[in-house]
Amino acid sequence: MKKLFEIKDVDTGYGDVRVLRNINFTVKEKDFVGIIGPNGGGKTTLLKLILGLLKPYKGEVVYYFNDMPGVRNANIGYLPQFNETDKKFPVSVRDVVMSGLIPARKIFNRYSPGEKSKADELIERLGMREKRDVSIGELSGGELQRVFLARAIVSSPALLILDEPGTYVDNRFENELYELLRVLNDDMAILLVSHDLGIISAYVKTIACVNTYLTYHDSNVITAEELSIYNCPVDVITHGKVPHRVLQEHNNK
Amino acid sequence: MFFRNIITSKMEALIEIFGYSFFQNALIASVLASISCGIIGTYIVSRRMVFVSGGITHASFGGIGIAYFAGINPVIGALVFAVLAAFGVEYFTKKADMRNDSVIAMLWSFGMALGIIFIFLTPGYAPNLMTFLFGSILTIDTSDLTALFFLTVIISVIFILFYRLILFVSFDEQFSITRKAPVSLVNYVMIGLVALTVVLNIKIAGIILVISLLTIPQNAANLFTHKFDRIIYFSVLTGFTGSFSGLLISYYLNIPSGATIIFSLIIIYLLLRLIKFIKTKSARG
Repeated sequence: MKKLFEIKDVDTGYGDVRVLRNINFTVKEKDFVGIIGPNGGGKTTLLKLILGLLKPYKGEVVYYFNDMPGVRNANIGYLPQFNETDKKFPVSVRDVVMSGLIPARKIFNRYSPGEKSKADELIERLGMREKRDVSIGELSGGELQRVFLARAIVSSPALLILDEPGTYVDNRFENELYELLRVLNDDMAILLVSHDLGIISAYVKTIACVNTYLTYHDSNVITAEELSIYNCPVDVITHGKVPHRVLQEHNNK
Repeated sequence: MFFRNIITSKMEALIEIFGYSFFQNALIASVLASISCGIIGTYIVSRRMVFVSGGITHASFGGIGIAYFAGINPVIGALVFAVLAAFGVEYFTKKADMRNDSVIAMLWSFGMALGIIFIFLTPGYAPNLMTFLFGSILTIDTSDLTALFFLTVIISVIFILFYRLILFVSFDEQFSITRKAPVSLVNYVMIGLVALTVVLNIKIAGIILVISLLTIPQNAANLFTHKFDRIIYFSVLTGFTGSFSGLLISYYLNIPSGATIIFSLIIIYLLLRLIKFIKTKSARG
Protein backbone atom coordinates (compact mmCIF):
# COMPACT_ATOMS: atom_id res chain seq x y z
CA MET A 1 0.00 0.00 0.00
CA LYS A 2 1.20 3.47 -0.85
CA LYS A 3 1.65 6.09 1.82
CA LEU A 4 -0.84 8.99 1.65
CA PHE A 5 0.92 11.24 4.12
CA GLU A 6 3.47 11.11 6.85
CA ILE A 7 3.80 13.26 9.97
CA LYS A 8 7.41 13.41 11.17
CA ASP A 9 8.36 14.56 14.70
CA VAL A 10 5.72 17.29 14.75
CA ASP A 11 4.88 19.66 17.61
CA THR A 12 1.87 21.92 17.05
CA GLY A 13 -0.82 23.89 18.88
CA TYR A 14 -2.42 27.30 19.20
CA GLY A 15 -0.26 30.33 20.01
CA ASP A 16 1.84 29.46 23.05
CA VAL A 17 -0.11 26.33 23.85
CA ARG A 18 1.60 23.21 22.55
CA VAL A 19 -1.26 20.72 22.17
CA LEU A 20 0.61 17.94 20.36
CA ARG A 21 4.21 16.83 20.87
CA ASN A 22 6.52 14.53 18.97
CA ILE A 23 3.85 13.22 16.65
CA ASN A 24 4.88 10.47 14.22
CA PHE A 25 2.00 9.09 12.17
CA THR A 26 1.69 7.57 8.73
CA VAL A 27 -1.51 6.79 6.85
CA LYS A 28 -1.57 4.54 3.80
CA GLU A 29 -4.16 3.79 1.13
CA LYS A 30 -7.22 1.87 2.43
CA ASP A 31 -6.35 2.48 6.07
CA PHE A 32 -9.28 2.96 8.43
CA VAL A 33 -7.89 4.56 11.55
CA GLY A 34 -9.95 5.35 14.62
CA ILE A 35 -8.61 8.28 16.59
CA ILE A 36 -9.47 8.19 20.27
CA GLY A 37 -8.37 10.11 23.32
CA PRO A 38 -9.69 12.30 26.14
CA ASN A 39 -11.32 15.68 25.56
CA GLY A 40 -8.63 18.29 25.09
CA GLY A 41 -6.12 15.58 24.24
CA GLY A 42 -5.59 16.95 20.73
CA LYS A 43 -7.77 14.82 18.42
CA THR A 44 -9.23 17.74 16.48
CA THR A 45 -5.84 19.46 16.53
CA LEU A 46 -4.32 16.42 14.84
CA LEU A 47 -7.00 16.60 12.12
CA LYS A 48 -6.34 20.31 11.60
CA LEU A 49 -2.64 19.57 11.22
CA ILE A 50 -3.34 16.93 8.57
CA LEU A 51 -5.80 19.26 6.77
CA GLY A 52 -3.23 22.05 6.67
CA LEU A 53 -5.31 24.34 8.90
CA LEU A 54 -2.48 24.36 11.45
CA LYS A 55 1.24 24.60 10.79
CA PRO A 56 3.81 22.49 12.68
CA TYR A 57 6.06 24.31 15.22
CA LYS A 58 8.68 21.71 14.48
CA GLY A 59 8.90 18.65 12.23
CA GLU A 60 6.96 18.33 8.98
CA VAL A 61 3.91 16.83 7.31
CA VAL A 62 4.67 15.22 3.95
CA TYR A 63 1.89 14.46 1.49
CA TYR A 64 2.25 11.87 -1.25
CA PHE A 65 -1.02 12.63 -3.07
CA ASN A 66 0.81 14.38 -5.88
CA ASP A 67 2.66 11.22 -6.81
CA MET A 68 -0.60 9.46 -7.56
CA PRO A 69 -2.14 9.62 -10.99
CA GLY A 70 -5.22 11.83 -11.11
CA VAL A 71 -5.06 12.83 -7.46
CA ARG A 72 -4.43 16.37 -6.32
CA ASN A 73 -2.99 17.72 -3.14
CA ALA A 74 -6.37 19.20 -2.27
CA ASN A 75 -8.00 15.83 -2.32
CA ILE A 76 -8.88 15.33 1.31
CA GLY A 77 -12.56 15.08 2.21
CA TYR A 78 -13.43 16.67 5.55
CA LEU A 79 -16.48 16.36 7.76
CA PRO A 80 -16.06 18.99 10.50
CA GLN A 81 -17.58 18.88 13.95
CA PHE A 82 -21.28 19.52 13.72
CA ASN A 83 -21.63 22.74 15.67
CA GLU A 84 -19.22 24.83 13.62
CA THR A 85 -21.58 26.04 10.89
CA ASP A 86 -24.00 28.95 10.74
CA LYS A 87 -27.37 27.29 10.20
CA LYS A 88 -28.98 30.59 9.19
CA PHE A 89 -26.66 31.00 6.20
CA PRO A 90 -28.76 31.21 3.01
CA VAL A 91 -27.48 28.21 1.06
CA SER A 92 -29.26 25.17 -0.38
CA VAL A 93 -28.49 21.49 0.14
CA ARG A 94 -27.32 21.06 -3.43
CA ASP A 95 -25.01 24.07 -3.22
CA VAL A 96 -23.42 22.76 -0.03
CA VAL A 97 -22.73 19.40 -1.68
CA MET A 98 -21.32 21.12 -4.78
CA SER A 99 -19.02 23.18 -2.55
CA GLY A 100 -17.10 19.95 -1.97
CA LEU A 101 -15.79 20.39 -5.53
CA ILE A 102 -14.07 23.77 -5.17
CA PRO A 103 -11.62 24.46 -6.63
CA ALA A 104 -10.71 21.07 -8.03
CA ARG A 105 -11.89 22.08 -11.50
CA LYS A 106 -11.70 25.84 -11.56
CA ILE A 107 -12.74 28.76 -9.47
CA PHE A 108 -15.33 29.96 -11.97
CA ASN A 109 -18.97 29.03 -11.69
CA ARG A 110 -19.52 26.29 -14.19
CA TYR A 111 -19.50 22.68 -13.13
CA SER A 112 -19.43 19.90 -15.66
CA PRO A 113 -22.64 17.90 -16.07
CA GLY A 114 -20.71 14.91 -14.70
CA GLU A 115 -19.95 16.73 -11.45
CA LYS A 116 -23.53 17.89 -11.15
CA SER A 117 -24.94 14.42 -11.64
CA LYS A 118 -22.42 13.03 -9.17
CA ALA A 119 -23.61 15.51 -6.55
CA ASP A 120 -27.24 14.63 -7.28
CA GLU A 121 -26.48 10.92 -7.14
CA LEU A 122 -24.91 11.30 -3.70
CA ILE A 123 -27.86 13.38 -2.49
CA GLU A 124 -30.14 10.62 -3.70
CA ARG A 125 -28.01 7.89 -2.12
CA LEU A 126 -28.15 9.64 1.25
CA GLY A 127 -31.94 9.93 1.00
CA MET A 128 -32.02 13.70 0.60
CA ARG A 129 -33.55 13.98 -2.88
CA GLU A 130 -36.72 15.74 -1.83
CA LYS A 131 -34.76 18.30 0.17
CA ARG A 132 -32.27 19.07 -2.58
CA ASP A 133 -33.32 22.70 -3.00
CA VAL A 134 -34.16 23.34 0.64
CA SER A 135 -31.95 25.73 2.61
CA ILE A 136 -29.85 24.16 5.35
CA GLY A 137 -31.66 26.02 8.11
CA GLU A 138 -34.69 23.80 7.54
CA LEU A 139 -32.85 20.50 8.06
CA SER A 140 -32.65 18.34 11.16
CA GLY A 141 -29.28 17.54 12.71
CA GLY A 142 -29.12 14.13 11.04
CA GLU A 143 -30.06 15.52 7.64
CA LEU A 144 -27.46 18.25 7.88
CA GLN A 145 -24.82 15.67 8.79
CA ARG A 146 -25.75 13.69 5.64
CA VAL A 147 -25.32 16.81 3.54
CA PHE A 148 -21.90 17.47 5.04
CA LEU A 149 -20.90 13.87 4.45
CA ALA A 150 -21.94 14.21 0.80
CA ARG A 151 -19.87 17.40 0.55
CA ALA A 152 -16.87 15.57 2.01
CA ILE A 153 -16.95 12.66 -0.46
CA VAL A 154 -18.29 14.29 -3.66
CA SER A 155 -14.73 14.93 -4.90
CA SER A 156 -13.83 11.20 -4.50
CA PRO A 157 -10.96 12.03 -2.15
CA ALA A 158 -8.07 9.68 -1.44
CA LEU A 159 -8.47 10.42 2.25
CA LEU A 160 -11.65 11.08 4.23
CA ILE A 161 -11.44 12.74 7.64
CA LEU A 162 -14.44 12.72 10.00
CA ASP A 163 -14.59 14.58 13.30
CA GLU A 164 -17.15 13.01 15.65
CA PRO A 165 -19.70 12.28 12.90
CA GLY A 166 -22.00 10.45 15.32
CA THR A 167 -22.81 13.48 17.44
CA TYR A 168 -26.31 14.97 17.09
CA VAL A 169 -27.53 12.32 14.65
CA ASP A 170 -30.26 9.77 15.04
CA ASN A 171 -29.34 6.13 15.71
CA ARG A 172 -30.65 4.94 12.37
CA PHE A 173 -28.44 7.32 10.42
CA GLU A 174 -25.48 6.56 12.65
CA ASN A 175 -25.63 2.90 11.67
CA GLU A 176 -26.12 3.76 7.99
CA LEU A 177 -23.20 6.16 8.21
CA TYR A 178 -20.76 3.57 9.51
CA GLU A 179 -21.92 0.96 7.00
CA LEU A 180 -21.41 3.54 4.26
CA LEU A 181 -17.92 4.27 5.57
CA ARG A 182 -17.11 0.58 5.29
CA VAL A 183 -18.09 0.68 1.61
CA LEU A 184 -16.22 3.94 1.00
CA ASN A 185 -13.12 2.44 2.58
CA ASP A 186 -12.63 0.32 -0.57
CA ASP A 187 -11.78 3.54 -2.42
CA MET A 188 -10.35 5.82 0.22
CA ALA A 189 -8.46 5.85 3.47
CA ILE A 190 -10.54 7.03 6.44
CA LEU A 191 -9.58 8.81 9.66
CA LEU A 192 -12.40 8.78 12.18
CA VAL A 193 -12.39 10.69 15.44
CA SER A 194 -14.84 9.24 17.91
CA HIS A 195 -15.55 9.07 21.60
CA ASP A 196 -17.39 5.88 20.99
CA LEU A 197 -15.10 2.90 21.53
CA GLY A 198 -17.87 0.54 20.47
CA ILE A 199 -17.96 2.14 17.05
CA ILE A 200 -14.21 2.25 16.89
CA SER A 201 -13.72 -1.44 17.54
CA ALA A 202 -16.62 -2.48 15.30
CA TYR A 203 -15.56 -0.64 12.17
CA VAL A 204 -11.97 0.58 12.17
CA LYS A 205 -8.88 -1.42 11.27
CA THR A 206 -6.35 0.31 13.49
CA ILE A 207 -6.39 2.79 16.35
CA ALA A 208 -4.42 5.91 17.22
CA CYS A 209 -4.56 7.18 20.80
CA VAL A 210 -4.01 10.91 21.04
CA ASN A 211 -3.25 12.55 24.36
CA THR A 212 -0.57 15.17 23.69
CA TYR A 213 1.50 12.27 22.33
CA LEU A 214 0.26 9.81 19.74
CA THR A 215 0.39 6.05 20.20
CA TYR A 216 -0.44 3.91 17.20
CA HIS A 217 -2.09 0.55 17.79
CA ASP A 218 -1.98 -1.81 14.84
CA SER A 219 -5.27 -3.60 15.57
CA ASN A 220 -8.88 -2.71 16.27
CA VAL A 221 -8.99 -4.38 19.66
CA ILE A 222 -7.55 -2.41 22.47
CA THR A 223 -7.69 -3.34 26.12
CA ALA A 224 -8.18 -1.07 29.06
CA GLU A 225 -4.66 -1.96 30.25
CA GLU A 226 -3.22 -0.87 26.95
CA LEU A 227 -5.19 2.36 27.10
CA SER A 228 -3.76 3.16 30.50
CA ILE A 229 -0.24 2.31 29.33
CA TYR A 230 -0.78 4.70 26.42
CA ASN A 231 -1.85 7.34 28.93
CA CYS A 232 -5.06 7.57 26.96
CA PRO A 233 -8.13 7.58 29.22
CA VAL A 234 -11.40 7.48 27.25
CA ASP A 235 -15.05 7.00 28.08
CA VAL A 236 -16.29 3.59 27.09
CA ILE A 237 -19.77 3.88 25.54
CA THR A 238 -21.56 1.19 23.61
CA HIS A 239 -24.85 1.09 21.74
CA GLY A 240 -26.98 -2.03 21.78
CA LYS A 241 -27.96 -2.00 18.12
CA VAL A 242 -24.52 -1.50 16.67
CA PRO A 243 -22.45 -4.63 16.18
CA HIS A 244 -19.75 -4.18 18.76
CA ARG A 245 -17.17 -5.77 20.96
CA VAL A 246 -17.19 -5.16 24.65
CA LEU A 247 -13.74 -4.31 25.81
CA GLN A 248 -12.06 -5.90 28.73
CA GLU A 249 -12.30 -4.19 32.08
CA HIS A 250 -9.67 -3.63 34.70
CA ASN A 251 -9.56 -6.56 37.12
CA ASN A 252 -6.95 -5.25 39.52
CA LYS A 253 -9.16 -3.92 42.32
CA MET B 1 -63.79 67.22 -12.36
CA PHE B 2 -62.17 69.03 -9.48
CA PHE B 3 -60.33 65.91 -8.26
CA ARG B 4 -59.28 65.04 -11.76
CA ASN B 5 -57.71 68.47 -12.06
CA ILE B 6 -55.79 67.96 -8.85
CA ILE B 7 -54.58 64.55 -9.98
CA THR B 8 -53.60 65.89 -13.39
CA SER B 9 -51.67 68.75 -11.86
CA LYS B 10 -49.90 66.37 -9.48
CA MET B 11 -49.01 64.12 -12.39
CA GLU B 12 -47.70 67.04 -14.34
CA ALA B 13 -45.57 68.12 -11.40
CA LEU B 14 -44.23 64.57 -11.13
CA ILE B 15 -43.38 64.43 -14.82
CA GLU B 16 -41.85 67.88 -14.56
CA ILE B 17 -39.34 66.94 -11.88
CA PHE B 18 -38.07 64.10 -14.06
CA GLY B 19 -36.90 66.84 -16.38
CA TYR B 20 -34.51 68.33 -13.82
CA SER B 21 -30.97 67.04 -14.11
CA PHE B 22 -30.49 66.89 -10.32
CA PHE B 23 -33.50 64.60 -10.15
CA GLN B 24 -32.28 62.43 -13.02
CA ASN B 25 -28.93 62.11 -11.23
CA ALA B 26 -30.68 61.14 -8.02
CA LEU B 27 -32.72 58.54 -9.88
CA ILE B 28 -29.64 56.98 -11.50
CA ALA B 29 -27.90 57.07 -8.11
CA SER B 30 -30.72 55.16 -6.47
CA VAL B 31 -30.59 52.48 -9.17
CA LEU B 32 -26.81 52.09 -8.77
CA ALA B 33 -27.04 52.19 -4.98
CA SER B 34 -29.73 49.50 -4.97
CA ILE B 35 -27.60 47.19 -7.11
CA SER B 36 -24.30 47.69 -5.28
CA CYS B 37 -25.87 47.61 -1.82
CA GLY B 38 -28.16 44.73 -2.82
CA ILE B 39 -25.20 42.50 -3.71
CA ILE B 40 -22.68 43.58 -1.06
CA GLY B 41 -25.39 43.80 1.61
CA THR B 42 -26.38 40.19 1.00
CA TYR B 43 -22.75 39.21 1.51
CA ILE B 44 -22.37 41.10 4.80
CA VAL B 45 -25.75 40.06 6.19
CA SER B 46 -25.13 36.38 5.39
CA ARG B 47 -21.66 36.47 6.92
CA ARG B 48 -22.86 38.48 9.94
CA MET B 49 -20.47 41.31 9.07
CA VAL B 50 -22.90 44.18 9.62
CA PHE B 51 -20.97 45.53 12.58
CA VAL B 52 -17.68 45.31 10.64
CA SER B 53 -19.21 47.31 7.84
CA GLY B 54 -20.57 49.91 10.26
CA GLY B 55 -17.07 50.26 11.70
CA ILE B 56 -15.50 50.70 8.27
CA THR B 57 -18.06 53.37 7.38
CA HIS B 58 -17.39 55.42 10.49
CA ALA B 59 -13.61 54.96 10.22
CA SER B 60 -13.80 56.61 6.80
CA PHE B 61 -14.73 59.89 8.52
CA GLY B 62 -11.06 60.19 9.53
CA GLY B 63 -10.17 60.30 5.83
CA ILE B 64 -12.82 62.96 5.20
CA GLY B 65 -11.37 65.15 7.97
CA ILE B 66 -7.78 64.81 6.74
CA ALA B 67 -8.88 65.49 3.15
CA TYR B 68 -10.59 68.72 4.22
CA PHE B 69 -7.46 69.75 6.10
CA ALA B 70 -5.21 68.94 3.12
CA GLY B 71 -7.62 70.51 0.67
CA ILE B 72 -8.27 67.39 -1.44
CA ASN B 73 -11.51 65.66 -2.43
CA PRO B 74 -13.07 64.22 0.78
CA VAL B 75 -14.33 61.15 -1.11
CA ILE B 76 -10.73 60.16 -1.90
CA GLY B 77 -9.79 60.52 1.77
CA ALA B 78 -12.80 58.45 2.81
CA LEU B 79 -11.98 55.72 0.27
CA VAL B 80 -8.37 55.41 1.47
CA PHE B 81 -9.41 55.26 5.13
CA ALA B 82 -12.23 52.81 4.55
CA VAL B 83 -10.03 50.39 2.62
CA LEU B 84 -7.26 50.63 5.24
CA ALA B 85 -9.77 50.06 8.04
CA ALA B 86 -11.26 47.10 6.18
CA PHE B 87 -7.88 45.43 5.66
CA GLY B 88 -6.97 46.29 9.25
CA VAL B 89 -10.01 44.48 10.63
CA GLU B 90 -9.32 41.47 8.41
CA TYR B 91 -5.64 41.38 9.36
CA PHE B 92 -5.90 41.96 13.10
CA THR B 93 -8.70 39.51 13.72
CA LYS B 94 -7.04 36.73 11.73
CA LYS B 95 -3.34 37.23 12.43
CA ALA B 96 -3.03 39.10 15.69
CA ASP B 97 -5.71 36.96 17.34
CA MET B 98 -7.64 39.95 18.69
CA ARG B 99 -11.35 40.02 19.43
CA ASN B 100 -13.16 40.97 16.25
CA ASP B 101 -15.69 43.35 17.82
CA SER B 102 -13.05 45.14 19.90
CA VAL B 103 -10.90 45.79 16.81
CA ILE B 104 -13.96 47.20 15.03
CA ALA B 105 -14.92 49.47 17.94
CA MET B 106 -11.39 50.89 18.12
CA LEU B 107 -11.14 51.58 14.38
CA TRP B 108 -14.66 53.01 14.40
CA SER B 109 -13.99 55.56 17.14
CA PHE B 110 -10.41 56.27 16.04
CA GLY B 111 -11.64 57.27 12.57
CA MET B 112 -14.38 59.49 13.96
CA ALA B 113 -11.95 61.13 16.41
CA LEU B 114 -9.41 61.88 13.65
CA GLY B 115 -12.15 63.34 11.48
CA ILE B 116 -13.41 65.64 14.23
CA ILE B 117 -9.88 66.85 15.09
CA PHE B 118 -8.92 67.63 11.49
CA ILE B 119 -12.20 69.33 10.63
CA PHE B 120 -11.77 71.48 13.72
CA LEU B 121 -8.19 72.34 12.64
CA THR B 122 -9.27 73.21 9.10
CA PRO B 123 -9.57 77.00 8.86
CA GLY B 124 -12.96 78.34 7.84
CA TYR B 125 -16.08 76.46 6.97
CA ALA B 126 -16.12 72.82 5.87
CA PRO B 127 -18.49 72.70 2.89
CA ASN B 128 -20.72 69.63 2.44
CA LEU B 129 -19.86 68.27 5.87
CA MET B 130 -23.53 67.62 6.57
CA THR B 131 -23.81 65.77 3.24
CA PHE B 132 -21.22 63.27 4.43
CA LEU B 133 -22.82 62.81 7.82
CA PHE B 134 -26.46 62.58 6.75
CA GLY B 135 -26.39 62.08 2.99
CA SER B 136 -28.04 64.08 0.26
CA ILE B 137 -29.04 62.17 -2.84
CA LEU B 138 -30.39 65.32 -4.54
CA THR B 139 -26.97 66.97 -4.60
CA ILE B 140 -25.14 63.98 -6.08
CA ASP B 141 -22.93 65.03 -9.02
CA THR B 142 -21.60 63.40 -12.17
CA SER B 143 -18.24 62.39 -10.67
CA ASP B 144 -20.03 60.63 -7.76
CA LEU B 145 -22.25 58.88 -10.28
CA THR B 146 -19.31 57.80 -12.45
CA ALA B 147 -17.52 56.29 -9.44
CA LEU B 148 -20.67 54.53 -8.28
CA PHE B 149 -21.29 53.26 -11.81
CA PHE B 150 -17.84 51.68 -12.14
CA LEU B 151 -18.10 50.15 -8.67
CA THR B 152 -21.49 48.63 -9.52
CA VAL B 153 -20.09 47.16 -12.74
CA ILE B 154 -17.03 45.72 -10.95
CA ILE B 155 -19.14 44.17 -8.18
CA SER B 156 -21.60 42.68 -10.67
CA VAL B 157 -18.84 41.19 -12.82
CA ILE B 158 -17.03 39.71 -9.81
CA PHE B 159 -20.25 38.16 -8.55
CA ILE B 160 -21.18 36.75 -11.95
CA LEU B 161 -17.76 35.16 -12.45
CA PHE B 162 -17.00 34.00 -8.90
CA TYR B 163 -20.45 33.57 -7.38
CA ARG B 164 -19.96 30.03 -6.13
CA LEU B 165 -16.47 30.61 -4.81
CA ILE B 166 -17.67 33.64 -2.83
CA LEU B 167 -20.72 31.74 -1.58
CA PHE B 168 -18.71 28.68 -0.48
CA VAL B 169 -15.93 30.63 1.22
CA SER B 170 -18.53 32.73 3.05
CA PHE B 171 -20.45 29.68 4.14
CA ASP B 172 -17.54 27.63 5.49
CA GLU B 173 -14.09 29.18 5.58
CA GLN B 174 -12.36 26.24 7.25
CA PHE B 175 -13.73 23.73 4.79
CA SER B 176 -12.73 25.98 1.88
CA ILE B 177 -9.16 26.10 3.21
CA THR B 178 -9.08 22.30 3.28
CA ARG B 179 -10.10 22.40 -0.39
CA LYS B 180 -7.17 24.76 -1.06
CA ALA B 181 -9.51 27.54 -2.19
CA PRO B 182 -7.97 31.06 -2.20
CA VAL B 183 -9.79 31.94 1.03
CA SER B 184 -7.78 34.91 2.18
CA LEU B 185 -7.74 36.44 -1.31
CA VAL B 186 -11.54 36.19 -1.40
CA ASN B 187 -11.81 37.70 2.09
CA TYR B 188 -9.56 40.67 1.26
CA VAL B 189 -11.19 41.39 -2.10
CA MET B 190 -14.65 41.20 -0.57
CA ILE B 191 -13.89 43.39 2.43
CA GLY B 192 -12.27 45.85 0.03
CA LEU B 193 -15.49 45.91 -2.00
CA VAL B 194 -17.49 46.41 1.20
CA ALA B 195 -15.32 49.46 1.98
CA LEU B 196 -15.75 50.93 -1.52
CA THR B 197 -19.49 50.29 -1.46
CA VAL B 198 -20.14 52.01 1.85
CA VAL B 199 -18.01 55.04 0.94
CA LEU B 200 -19.52 55.58 -2.50
CA ASN B 201 -23.01 55.26 -1.02
CA ILE B 202 -22.30 57.75 1.78
CA LYS B 203 -23.62 60.60 -0.42
CA ILE B 204 -26.96 58.82 -0.50
CA ALA B 205 -27.67 58.07 3.14
CA GLY B 206 -24.72 59.54 5.06
CA ILE B 207 -22.10 57.89 7.27
CA ILE B 208 -24.57 57.43 10.08
CA LEU B 209 -27.34 55.80 8.04
CA VAL B 210 -25.66 54.08 5.07
CA ILE B 211 -25.42 50.72 6.83
CA SER B 212 -29.19 50.38 6.68
CA LEU B 213 -29.07 50.40 2.84
CA LEU B 214 -27.02 47.22 3.19
CA THR B 215 -29.18 45.49 5.80
CA ILE B 216 -32.88 46.45 5.62
CA PRO B 217 -33.51 45.22 2.02
CA GLN B 218 -31.69 41.94 2.77
CA ASN B 219 -33.67 41.29 5.91
CA ALA B 220 -36.88 42.06 4.03
CA ALA B 221 -35.81 39.58 1.34
CA ASN B 222 -34.92 36.99 3.96
CA LEU B 223 -38.55 36.99 5.10
CA PHE B 224 -39.52 35.30 1.84
CA THR B 225 -36.46 33.43 0.61
CA HIS B 226 -33.44 31.63 2.03
CA LYS B 227 -31.40 31.51 -1.16
CA PHE B 228 -28.37 33.73 -1.51
CA ASP B 229 -29.00 34.72 -5.14
CA ARG B 230 -32.69 35.40 -4.60
CA ILE B 231 -31.89 37.57 -1.59
CA ILE B 232 -29.70 39.64 -3.92
CA TYR B 233 -32.43 40.12 -6.56
CA PHE B 234 -35.11 40.85 -4.00
CA SER B 235 -32.85 43.31 -2.15
CA VAL B 236 -32.07 45.25 -5.32
CA LEU B 237 -35.80 45.61 -5.94
CA THR B 238 -36.69 46.54 -2.36
CA GLY B 239 -33.71 48.89 -2.13
CA PHE B 240 -34.79 50.69 -5.28
CA THR B 241 -38.43 50.96 -4.18
CA GLY B 242 -37.29 52.38 -0.84
CA SER B 243 -34.82 54.87 -2.20
CA PHE B 244 -37.08 56.05 -5.02
CA SER B 245 -40.10 56.56 -2.81
CA GLY B 246 -37.89 58.18 -0.15
CA LEU B 247 -36.50 60.46 -2.82
CA LEU B 248 -39.98 61.62 -3.91
CA ILE B 249 -41.22 62.09 -0.35
CA SER B 250 -38.15 64.07 0.62
CA TYR B 251 -38.55 66.29 -2.46
CA TYR B 252 -42.21 67.06 -1.88
CA LEU B 253 -42.07 67.48 1.89
CA ASN B 254 -38.68 69.17 1.74
CA ILE B 255 -37.11 66.96 4.42
CA PRO B 256 -33.60 65.35 4.44
CA SER B 257 -33.39 62.67 1.76
CA GLY B 258 -31.07 60.21 3.55
CA ALA B 259 -33.33 59.89 6.57
CA THR B 260 -36.45 59.72 4.39
CA ILE B 261 -35.01 56.86 2.33
CA ILE B 262 -34.19 54.85 5.46
CA PHE B 263 -37.63 55.64 6.84
CA SER B 264 -39.39 54.35 3.73
CA LEU B 265 -37.17 51.22 3.71
CA ILE B 266 -38.27 50.50 7.27
CA ILE B 267 -41.93 51.04 6.32
CA ILE B 268 -41.50 48.62 3.40
CA TYR B 269 -39.87 46.10 5.72
CA LEU B 270 -42.73 46.34 8.21
CA LEU B 271 -45.33 46.02 5.44
CA LEU B 272 -43.62 42.90 4.10
CA ARG B 273 -43.50 41.47 7.61
CA LEU B 274 -47.21 42.09 7.92
CA ILE B 275 -47.85 40.39 4.55
CA LYS B 276 -45.79 37.40 5.65
CA PHE B 277 -47.68 37.26 8.96
CA ILE B 278 -51.05 37.28 7.18
CA LYS B 279 -49.84 34.71 4.64
CA THR B 280 -48.61 32.22 7.24
CA LYS B 281 -51.75 32.75 9.29
CA SER B 282 -54.08 32.08 6.38
CA ALA B 283 -51.95 29.12 5.29
CA ARG B 284 -52.52 27.58 8.71
CA GLY B 285 -56.23 28.15 8.15
